[in-house]
Amino acid sequence: MTGFREKVRAWLAANVPGDEELATAKRFQAALHDAGLAGITWPKEYGGQGLTAAEQQIFDQEAANYDLPTSVFRIGMGMCGPTILDLGTAAQKARHIPPLLRGEEIWCQLFSEPGAGSDVASLQTRAVRDGDSWVVNGQKVWTTVAHLADFGALLARTDPDVPKHQGLTMFLIDMHAPGVTVRPLTDMTGRAPFNEVYFADLRLPADAVLGQVGGGWAAAVTMLGHERVSIGGFVRKRHDPLAHANLAESARRYGRDRDPVVRVELAKLYAAERALTLFNARLRQEAEAGSPPGARGSVAKLAGAQLQQQAVAVAGLIAGPHATAWDPDDAAGDELALAINQTPSSSIAGGTDQIQRTIIGDRILGLPREPVADRDVPFRELRVGTQRPA
Amino acid sequence: MQLVLDDEQRQLRSAVRELLADHSDVRSVVDGGARYDRGLWRRMADLGLTGLVVPEELGGAGAGHADRCVVLEELGRALAAVPFLASAVLAADVLTALGDTEVLPALAAGEKIGAVALSGVTATERDGGWVLDGCAPFVLSGDVAEVFVVHTPAGWFVTAEGRRRALTTLDPTRGQAKLEFSATPARRLEHADPGAVLERVRDLAAVALAAEQAGGIAQVLDTIVGYAKVRVQFGRAIGSYQAVKHACAELYSTSERAGSLLRYAAWAADHDPDALPLAAATAQAFTGPAYFQAAATGLQLHGGIGYTWEHDAHLYYKRAKSSELLFGTPGEQWARLADRLDRVP
Ligand SMILES: Cc1cc2nc3c(=O)[nH]c(=O)nc-3n(C[C@H](O)[C@H](O)[C@H](O)COP(=O)(O)OP(=O)(O)OC[C@H]3O[C@@H](n4cnc5c(N)ncnc54)[C@H](O)[C@@H]3O)c2cc1C
Repeated sequence: MTGFREKVRAWLAANVPGDEELATAKRFQAALHDAGLAGITWPKEYGGQGLTAAEQQIFDQEAANYDLPTSVFRIGMGMCGPTILDLGTAAQKARHIPPLLRGEEIWCQLFSEPGAGSDVASLQTRAVRDGDSWVVNGQKVWTTVAHLADFGALLARTDPDVPKHQGLTMFLIDMHAPGVTVRPLTDMTGRAPFNEVYFADLRLPADAVLGQVGGGWAAAVTMLGHERVSIGGFVRKRHDPLAHANLAESARRYGRDRDPVVRVELAKLYAAERALTLFNARLRQEAEAGSPPGARGSVAKLAGAQLQQQAVAVAGLIAGPHATAWDPDDAAGDELALAINQTPSSSIAGGTDQIQRTIIGDRILGLPREPVADRDVPFRELRVGTQRPA
Repeated sequence: MQLVLDDEQRQLRSAVRELLADHSDVRSVVDGGARYDRGLWRRMADLGLTGLVVPEELGGAGAGHADRCVVLEELGRALAAVPFLASAVLAADVLTALGDTEVLPALAAGEKIGAVALSGVTATERDGGWVLDGCAPFVLSGDVAEVFVVHTPAGWFVTAEGRRRALTTLDPTRGQAKLEFSATPARRLEHADPGAVLERVRDLAAVALAAEQAGGIAQVLDTIVGYAKVRVQFGRAIGSYQAVKHACAELYSTSERAGSLLRYAAWAADHDPDALPLAAATAQAFTGPAYFQAAATGLQLHGGIGYTWEHDAHLYYKRAKSSELLFGTPGEQWARLADRLDRVP
C-alpha cells in the first residue's frame, strides 16, 4: 500500500499540468491511464485497474493536494461509466468504457427538462420505435458539458400510456449524430458550463438502449445513486478559496485570525469539513466490507451543499469589503467571487436539498411516503411541470 | 484508519445493548431517588466493562479506546445512570497514565467508584506527607465516589477523604458534587509530566463524552423515526409530512457525521497519539451542540407527549444540555478547537 502511495505521489508531482484547457485535460487523463491510475476500482477487462477502495482513497488523498484538470470527465467517470458497468451489455462496456477512462470521449447526462427537474420521471422527450431503431424528439436543459460531449446518457419516454415511472427508457447516444443540437446556457456566474439540447428526429439503433426498454427509471435511479456519491464524495481542490485551510490563511492575511468570532466560525467550518470527509471515508470502508452506500450518498450530497453555504458565510466574515470589490488584476478576488456565486448550484444540481432530505427520509429511515397524485395515472393524462399536456 | 466496527466490536455492542435492555433502570434513579443504577453497575463490573481499557497487569481487560467508545455509545443510547464516565473513564485514565497499582485494580474491578477533581484544589507538603486544600465545584459522580483523584498545581493526588456536598443536577441521571478539602491527607501520584497526563486525560474524556453523545443522537433519531411512522394526524402518519421527514433526515445526517468524527477520534486514541488532540477537540465541539439540537428536535416532533414526565424525551434533553456544558461551553469547545488548529503546521 505504501508502494502505491509513493507511486501516486511521485506521478502527480511530475505530471499535474497548470491549466484546465480541454486538450491539456485529455492529455492528462490519457497519461493518468497509462500510469495505471485511471479507473482504479474499475474492472481490468475494460481498461480499469481492478484495485480496491483503499487504493482509490490513497489516490484521492494525494490528488487533493493538486488541482487536477479532470472536471470535464466527472459526469463520465462518476455517473455514466459506473452505470454502464452496472447495466450495460458486454458490447456496450467494451465500446464505451476504455475510451471514457482514457479521456478520449466526454459524456453528459441528459435527464432534466424544462418541465421535469426534481420530478425527472415526468419528462416529455419521446423515443418512438421505428422498426429496429428509435426516433427521438424533445428538449433537455441544464445539461452540463453537453457542448463538449461525445456521448450522452439520455432518459426518454417510450410509452406514454403507462404511469410515468414505467414508460421510460435509457439510451446511450452519440452527441455528434444528426438531429442533436446543443445551445449553451449561461449560468449565474456568467459562464456557460451547461446547455439546452434539442432532439429533432434523432435516430438511434436498437443497441443504444441501456438496460431494459421500459426500465429507464431503474437505470436513472442507479445513475442518480452514483451521482450523489460522486458529487458528495467530491474532494475539494487545493486552491478552492472556500476550503477551510485557505480561509484560515486569508484570515491571517487580513489580520482577522485573532478575532474570536472568526476563530469560532473557522473552527465550526473545520469540524463540518472533517465530519463530511470522514463520513465519506466511512462509506468507502463500508463499501469495501460489502455494504454499498445506497441512498446514504444523499447524506454526503446534502451535507456537502450545506458545507458550501457555511463556507461562503465564513468567507464573507473574513474578507469583508474585499469580497465586494477588488483590483482587476487580483485573481484571488475573482476566485472568491466565483466560489460565492457557484455555491447555490450545490443545493440544486444533482437533486435539490429538499429532494435529498426526502430520499433520506423515505429510503434510509423508511418513513411513509407523501401521497402523490400521479403514481398510477397514465402519463398521457398528467399535468406536468408548469404546462398542461397537449 | 478504521472507521467501521470490526466483528468483535459489533459483538461487544450487541452484548452491551442486550445487557442495557434487560437491566438498565434509569427510572429507579429519576423517580426512585437512587443515586445511581447499582444493579446495572454491578453487572457491568462482572462483565469486566468497568476496567475495559485498564491494562491487564493493573487489573483491567486491556481493551482499546475504540472498544470503550462502543460501550459508551450504548450507555449514551440507554441513558444508563451509572458512574462510568467518572470512574471507568476519567479516574481510570488518570490512574492508568500514572501507573497506579494501589487503587486502580479496585476501580477496574468496579469494587470502588472513582471521581476526578480537576480544578480548585492545591496541595502542600507537610511532615513528609501531602495535604489538600480548596474546593472543587463540579465533580462528576462525586456524590457516589469512594476515591477522589485530584489534580493540583503540584501534581496528581489520590484520597478517600474530603467533604462532599451532593449538588442538584439538571440531568437527573448523573450526579455531581462539590468537594471540599481542608488539610486533607492525600497520596501523591508521581509523574514526570503531570501536565501531559492532564492533557491526554482531557482528550480521552472528550472522546468518551462524544461517544455517549453520539449514542444519544442515534437513539433520539431511532425513537422519533419510530414515532413518526405510527403517529397519525390529519389522516396521515406525521412522518409523511415534509416538515417532519426533513427534520428527521437532518437528524440522520447529523448522526452519521458525528459518528464519523467519533470513530476517527476513537481510532486516533488507540493508534495516533499525535492526531488525538485535534481529533478529540473536533469530535467534542461538533457532537455536544449536535446532541442538544437532536434532543430538542426529537422532543418537539413528539408534540405534547414529549413534554410529559413519563416520556423519556426530557431525559435526553436534559442529558444533552448537561453533557454539552460538562467539559466546557460550546464557545469554549470551539475556541479550544481553534487553538488546536493554530498548532497544526
Ligand atoms: C449547475 C447545474 C448543473 C446541472 N447539470 C445537469 C446535467 O448535467 N444533467 C441534467 O439532467 N440536469 C442537470 N441539472 C438540473 C438539475 O438536476 C435540476 O435543476 C434539479 O434537479 C432541480 O430541478 P428544477 O430545476 O426543475 O427545479 P424544480 O424541481 O422545479 O424545483 C423548484 C423548487 O421546488 C422544490 N421542490 C420540487 N419538488 C419538491 C418536492 N417533491 N418536495 C419539496 N420540494 C420540492 C425544489 O427543491 C426547488 O427548491 C443541473 C442543474 C444545475 C444547477
